[in-house]
Parts: sequence; structure tokens; C-alpha cells
Amino acid sequence: MADAARDPQQDDTGLLELEDGEDLFPEPGPGPALEESGPASLTTEDLSTNANGPKQASLFDDDPDDLFAEATEEVSLDSPDRDVLLSDGPSPAITPMTPPTSVITPRIGHAHDDMFTHSSFDEIEEEDGGDSFDIHISVSDPEKVGDGMNAYMAYKVTTKTSMSLFKLREFSVRRRFSDFLGLHSKLASKYLHIGYIVPPAPEKSIVGMTKVKVGKEDQSSNEFVEKRRSALERYLMRTVKHPILLKDPDVLQFLESSELPRAVSTQALSSAGLLRMVNKAADAVNKMTIKMNESDAWFEEKQQHFENLDVQLRKLHASVESLVLHRKELSMNMASFAKSAAMLGNSEDHTALSRALSQLAEVEEKIDQLQQDQANADFYFLSELLGDYVRLITAVKGVFDQRMKTWQKWQDSQMMLQKKREAEAKLQFNNKPDKLQQAKDEIKEEIEELEMKVQQGERDFEQISKTIRKEVGRFEKERVKDFKSTVIQYLETLLQTQQQMIKYWEAFLPEAKAIS
Amino acid sequence: MTTLDDSNKEKIRSVSVDLNNDASLLIDIPDALCERDKVKFTVHTKTTLSSFQKPEFSVPRQHEDFIWLHDTLVETEDYAGLIIPPAPPKPDFEGPREKMHKLGEGEATMTKEEYTKMKQELEAEYLAVFKKTVQVHEIFLQRLSSHPILNKDRNFQIFLEYDQDLSVRRKNAKEMFGGFFKNMVKSADEVLISGVKEVDDFFEQEKTFLLDYYSKIKDSTAKAEKMTRSHKNIADDYIRISSLMYQQKITRILIYTHIVVTMSFVSLQKVEGRVASDQELKLTELLRYYMRDIQAAKDLLYRRARALADYENSNKALDKARLKSKDIPQAEEHQQQCLQKFDKLSESGKKELTSFKGRRVVAFRKNLIEMAELEIKHAKVRSSIQLYYICFIMCTNELQYAWGICKILCEQI
Repeated sequence: MADAARDPQQDDTGLLELEDGEDLFPEPGPGPALEESGPASLTTEDLSTNANGPKQASLFDDDPDDLFAEATEEVSLDSPDRDVLLSDGPSPAITPMTPPTSVITPRIGHAHDDMFTHSSFDEIEEEDGGDSFDIHISVSDPEKVGDGMNAYMAYKVTTKTSMSLFKLREFSVRRRFSDFLGLHSKLASKYLHIGYIVPPAPEKSIVGMTKVKVGKEDQSSNEFVEKRRSALERYLMRTVKHPILLKDPDVLQFLESSELPRAVSTQALSSAGLLRMVNKAADAVNKMTIKMNESDAWFEEKQQHFENLDVQLRKLHASVESLVLHRKELSMNMASFAKSAAMLGNSEDHTALSRALSQLAEVEEKIDQLQQDQANADFYFLSELLGDYVRLITAVKGVFDQRMKTWQKWQDSQMMLQKKREAEAKLQFNNKPDKLQQAKDEIKEEIEELEMKVQQGERDFEQISKTIRKEVGRFEKERVKDFKSTVIQYLETLLQTQQQMIKYWEAFLPEAKAIS
Repeated sequence: MTTLDDSNKEKIRSVSVDLNNDASLLIDIPDALCERDKVKFTVHTKTTLSSFQKPEFSVPRQHEDFIWLHDTLVETEDYAGLIIPPAPPKPDFEGPREKMHKLGEGEATMTKEEYTKMKQELEAEYLAVFKKTVQVHEIFLQRLSSHPILNKDRNFQIFLEYDQDLSVRRKNAKEMFGGFFKNMVKSADEVLISGVKEVDDFFEQEKTFLLDYYSKIKDSTAKAEKMTRSHKNIADDYIRISSLMYQQKITRILIYTHIVVTMSFVSLQKVEGRVASDQELKLTELLRYYMRDIQAAKDLLYRRARALADYENSNKALDKARLKSKDIPQAEEHQQQCLQKFDKLSESGKKELTSFKGRRVVAFRKNLIEMAELEIKHAKVRSSIQLYYICFIMCTNELQYAWGICKILCEQI
């Protein structure tokens, strides 16, 4: 496959050298070879992707991750994956057909410790008898239940699935917001401390809910309910996409059982809520005091990576929110201009011009409506997605913190063990024979316990590290898919808006030309 | 020194129609210099008329010189029956300057790319304001040169030819006070014009129409300006978003889709920004210009109304004189003068208002067509960008193809 010829090319592309500090878009652009590739090679590539079925597609989805592997030693340039999938421009041998088979096997057998140890994941999934992930949850029909300050919104949660995990293929239940929060807190308490990234639930909003409770049937409270409904749906989908969480009995109960015990501890103003806040504060303090000797560069780098991501995502989110606001403003201004233009048209005494001005007013009004719809799309697709990921990153950081805590526990037990051993050594030099044997036995027991604790601590630490690596890999993969599909949907809305605009203006043009 | 070549000028000449066609007197402003607050225009004249000393010449002029010329024309009795082209508005760089200031203050919080992009946008905005003010001053002169009566005005000739500084002839403090007084009188005219009994149907109609139209067009102008500001805000947002996406750290999120999305945002920003400035030129400028023009037409009506009032007063004075049998010949002569003046005003006023209507309709037509064509063009560009990107994300999995083709596409915008 002409590896030798390819490798030096890859270094030139600049795409692979995504170390921090380097611009992804160097002005002169990456290797000139790329621009010559053109559509022709594109189509062959395309065909190959489709021809080899779903497994192939998922393989290619991993590529972007592979290309941007930070630590170069993890995905070596000689790895067969890379060579195949990084076919460069001018060489016509994109050779789509043959590589897949040779690539699939080594991947599964991969023992090397890269961030994509999907191998163990793949194995688990295959053991399950190939129950492909097929579940779709929708949250709909928000209904207000009750009156006054005790009122709440109940949502219908419908699950459609073909998985053997569930008793039925399609079923629905009614749930309220605190049920969702309850589910999240149960999952968090079970899985966070062993390193699983539990998707965070949508945020509480006292102001928003109060408006709804009070019964204001206006635009803003409808928007609030819709925003919440959409967020709950995304939350559930993210939760079930996690293969371990999906199988959790709490999740199954949430989706299936018609009655659910009230999750009281999720109330904002309650003793449980207070306790949570205290715990959070304690955690924050601990985080600052724990100084972990990071022996694994992967973790150090990943943590830095997520820190940066957090900052950038927040900024991006703020900008997108500003975009949504401005687009809403534009729509409002267009509407008022349309009215004004209509009045101007009425006032105009030249008939044809008058008609044209009225038409202009109509066009502007229609476009204003378009802009409003676009603003909604901006919001639901981009802004909410970014908001979700800001919260998700917080959850990811939380998982890293858990690892630190685990390490701390391990270290603490080790220190205790050390102390006990020193105490034991001291006893050796003690000259009181009668007490000696008893004390010696005690200490021996304690030491044995502590040794087990230390071993357990070490195992826990290793387990959580392993889990986190898997989780982070899965997270990154999901993230790419998530953003990709959302971006496509968003661009589709932009496209629709533009095409409608073309139609409107093209209808207006003859009217303008008709002015004599 | 900012020079505008002919092709540029053709594009930006939006509100003027059929001007500067008479080869006997061709005027343009080929370049202008911007120094802080002051803009120095170079007025270039080419003429075959013998009344001028040279066939071709250029003079430097300031905005205040234009205002002086306008005011002297307005105050000339002989031109009372004409619509005097509205004076060009003062060059207003306040907007971009304030933004530039804010940008400088916020430089620390932005990334280098974002700062550079916003600076470029601001410079483009500054340039747009500059071009606009040159255009408006040019149109003023060209309206004068195309008017069969006004283009023979002595002051106009001085303005074009006098190669020294005009400030000596400009308003001194007394005249400025006079100007202020004149404005006060004008508002009294509004009352007068609605009170006076109109004898002529044509003028009655025109009066009703113009008063109503003026308030509507003023409102539309304001609303159109708000719209263009919103467009600019959106373009700025896209700049911020695309510059954030350029940053290294964020590449991890979207990976290759990020490249595609960034490119699409960058190109969207370019198009939105351009829409903002094109819409600005076409619709808003059109409305703004005709708002001022209609004010000038209204001024003609005021003058005529005043002449009518004078005539009626002279009639009353004549009757009184006849009653008293005193000073009858003076009163008669005065009454004749008033009548003549009024008739002359009515006659030329009718001509002016009719041609004004024709001019307005033609200008609106041209601008509305151009605006619609531009909107279509931009929407087509935007939708083809989006279509490309969607196809990309769906079909390509190979990063480098996405990068290469996106780059090509972006350059075509």
C-alpha cells in the first residue's frame, strides 16, 4: 500500500499535527495535493463507504478521532488503520475495497492502550447476542396537572424499541420533571464514583416554573415548556445511548413502570437540597487540596483538554445566544418596516408604484416570519446543543475528580498501612512480653485489613482509570455524531430559509419591473 | 486618500437617475480626503460652456461650502418657484468611530483573529459611510447641473470655479442666526399652509399628498435603518462565532464537521455583512433621499402659500386704500407684484412638482428592482453554500477533501 510513500505526505498535510497552539487553518493551506483530489476521488470514496455496510461506516466515523489523536505514540503512523483511511490526494489508489477486511481484525485484537479501547466494549456488545442499539424515546404532550403552587407539568414519555431488554415494543408513561431529576440523582450516586459519565439532567428554573404554575398562558411560558420538553427528550436519549446506563434497573423502571415513587429529595428548597449544596462545596475545597501525582500523561492531557473545551464552549454558547437574540430583533424590525412600507404604499398616488410598495411590504413580512423560524432553529439546534455540552463537560470533569478522590482514598489507606507497619516495627522493640503478643496480633490483623484495603484501593483506581478512558472515548465519538447530525439539521433549516427567500423576491421582481 | 474609480461609482450611484448626461456641464467628485472630522471633496468639472473660464478644472471643497451654496439658492427670490435639491447631510462618522473605540477597549478580551476580523469589518463600514457621503454630495451638484434654471446660477458657478477658499463667502454669525430664524418661520408656515384657502385643485392635491407622504416616508426610513442595524449585528455575531471556531482548542469538538461549519459561518458572515451594506445603499438610502427631496417640495409649497397670503393681504390693503382714497397707486402696484409673483410661483411650481413625481417613480423603480435582484443573488449564494456543505458532511468522511473543497468554495464568495 505504498506506506513509505504515504508517510512523509501525511506529515505535510498539517492535518495530523494538531498539537496545541497550531492553527488548523494555516493560511497557505495544507498540501497542495489535497485540492486536486476533487470530486472524482470523492465519489469513489463514497461508493466504498456505502458498499461495505454499517460496520465500515462506523469505522470511518472513528477516523476523525484517529486523525486527531493527541499523543502520537498512541496511534502510530505505521498502524494499519491510518494508512488505509488516510489516502492522500494525487494517488488514485484510494483502494477502498480491500483494506476494510484487513483492518477490522487488527482493531478488535488491539491490545495497545489508546483512548479508543473499544475492543472491550465491542466484546461486551457482541456477547449480548448482537442486540443492536435500537431505541427511540420521545417526550411529548405536556399537560398541566393540579392548580396553584402545587401544580406541575406532566410529560408523556414514549419508548419505541426492538431490544430484548424491554417487555414491550412500544409503551409510554407519564412523568413529571422531578422524576427526571430523581432518575439522574440515582444514576449519579451509582455510577459517578466508578467513572461513568452520567448525562446531567436539565436545569431547574424556579422563575419559569412559577410562571407556568400561576397559569400564564402566554408566549414566554409556552416557550419555556417547549424548551424543557426538548431538553428532557435529549436527556433521556443521551442516557439510554450509554450501554451500561441503559441496562440499569432504575432507568428501565423509569421508562416502563406506570407508577414511580416521588423523588422528594430533588426539591430545591429542602434538606436534601441543602445537603447537596454542602457536599458540592466540600468537594470543591477537596479538589483544591488534592495534589495528585499524575503518572499517566493521558489523563493530564485529557483534563487540560476538557478545561479548555469548557471555556471555549461557554464562549461559543454566549455568541450563539447573542445571534438568536439579534435574529429575533431583526424579525421584529422587519415586521415594523413591513407595516410602515404598507402605509407608504397606501399613501403613494402612482398606482403601479403603490402596488409595488404594498408588495414589498408583504415580502418583508413573509421574510420576517422566516427569520423568526430561523431564530428558533438557531436556538434549538445550536444554542441548546452547546448548552447541553457545557453541562456534559462539567459531568466529564466531575468524573475526573472522582478518579482523584479514588486515588486519594488509595493513598490514604497506603499511608495508614505505612503507619501501622511502623507501629508494628516499634512493637518489636517493646520489652513488655505480656502485652506484646496481644498487641502484635491486633496490629497484624489491622495490617492485613489495611493491606487488603490498599489492594482494593489500587484496583479501584485502576478500574476507574480504565473506565474513564473508555468513557471518554465513547463520549468523544458520541459528540462527533451528535454535532454532525445537529449541524446537518441546522444547515438544512438555513437552506430552506434561503430558498424561500429566493421564491419571495423572485415573485416581487416583476412587480417592481411593472412600475412605469 | 480614497479614490473611487468609475466602476465603483456606477455601482454606488443608487438614487440618481438620468443625471450628468448633458455634456455641456459634467460634474463629479473623483476623490475625497478624510481628515478626522473634515472631509475635503475634489469637485471636478468638465464643460463646453463659455461662461466658464476653462473647459476642465478641479477645486477642493468642504461640506460647509455645499451648505452655503444650498442656502444661497434657497434665499434667492427668483428660485422661489423651484424645488431646490436638498442639501447633502453632514458626513457622520460617529457610528463607526464609536465602534472602533469600543473595539479598542475590548481588544484584551478578544482573540487575535476576532479582533482582526472585527477591525476589518469596521474599516469596511467606515469606507461605506465615506462612499455614501461622497455620493450624496455628488448627486447634489449633479441635480443642480441638470436643472435648466439652477445650472446658470452665478453662485453655483463660483462654487465650481473659484479656486480659493470659499470660507470668506460663507455664512457669518449674523447669517447663521438668520438661518435659525428662518427655521422658526418655517414651522409657522406649516400652520399657514394648512390654513390658507387653496384655489387650485392641483396644489390642493399635492399639498395633501406631500404632507401625508412625508410623514410615512420618514417613518419607513427610520424602520429601514433599524433593519439594517439588525443585519449588521447578526453579521458581527457570525464573525465572533467563526473566530471562536477557528481557535485551536475548539477543533476537538466538531473535528471535521467543524471545518465545514466554520467555513460556512465565515462565508455566511461575509454574505450577511454584504447584505447589510447593499440593503443600506438601496432601500434605506432611497427612502432617506426622497424624504429630504419631499421636504424640499414642501418648502416650495410653503413659499407659494406665503406668496398667496401676501397676495391676499395686498388685496385687503388695496381695498383699504380705495376706501381711504389714499396711496391707491402704490397699493395697486403692490397688489400686481404679489399677483405676478404668485402666478409665477404657481406656474413653475406645477412644472417642478410634476417632474418631481416622474423622477421619484423612476428612481423607486430602479432601486426596487436592483434591491430585489441583489436579495435574490445573495440568497442564491447562501443556499448554494449550504447545499454544498450539507452534501459534504453527508458524503465525505475524508477530512482532507472537506478541507480542500471548502477552501475553494469559500474563495468563490
